[in-house]
Amino acid sequence: MWIYEKKLQYPVRVDTCNPTLAAMIIEQFGGPDGELSAGIRYLTQRWTMPTNEGKATLTDIGTEELAHWEIIGTIVWKLVKDAPKEAIQGTPFETHYVNHGKSPFPHSAAGEAWTAAYIQSKADPIADLHEDMAAEEKARATYEYLIRVSDDPGVNETLGFLRQREIVHFQRFGETLQIVQEEINRKKYY
Amino acid sequence: MDREQVCSLREIMEVDFVIKETALYLNTHPTDERALRLHNTYSQKLKELESIYQAKYGPLTNHEMSQFPWAYINEPWPWEFDFSLC
Ligand SMILES: [Fe+2]
Repeated sequence: MWIYEKKLQYPVRVDTCNPTLAAMIIEQFGGPDGELSAGIRYLTQRWTMPTNEGKATLTDIGTEELAHWEIIGTIVWKLVKDAPKEAIQGTPFETHYVNHGKSPFPHSAAGEAWTAAYIQSKADPIADLHEDMAAEEKARATYEYLIRVSDDPGVNETLGFLRQREIVHFQRFGETLQIVQEEINRKKYY
Repeated sequence: MDREQVCSLREIMEVDFVIKETALYLNTHPTDERALRLHNTYSQKLKELESIYQAKYGPLTNHEMSQFPWAYINEPWPWEFDFSLC
């Protein structure tokens, strides 16, 4: 069960009209290590997670990722909403525009449509939690590349926040993994 | 856009972030009493701020009561806020 809260998780500010940057930011809307992949991955893994700490962590981080997906869509929208067609022509956003107009769409910056092949759920908590920790680090790395190519101060502030969240999530998944491992060891020896 | 509305939503977002963070931490540290106290304090604070905001600007979720006409649909939607105002 979910309920929509009529607010963003972070106050998104965008200072420029920049369709090229929008086309790059879309990597985190529908790319392999983007927020959609993260949300669907964690929420899918919940049914076979053995510990209560793990069930709660997957539920809440998965939910937060959907709020991040909304933040990314908002950045993309704010970067293009006032762009006249002349500002779009000849930029990497043009190929997106001829299909989707100014709507965000879940594909990577290179234009590959989002696919469930980006995620996994193995019904094996050790495998799943290692995948989740790797996913957080890959998302952090992507945010660092995006910050490097962006010269919009507002966008960079928001990307910095999202990068921080990946670090916190990595930490929580690590703790979850440790709890699961302790549980497995306890069952083996007593 | 109403600057005062942007500021009060921003305050709600800040407190909301605190409890999202304490909740995540508590999921893997359920017996940390200090963190739980912090969580409960800010949870209470969030309720207060939300009820003031919602009385003025309408429901933040469709579970809330609304004045007539149904105000949940009113703009601005989250992606339409101009946060440079506050
Ligand atoms: Fe994350």
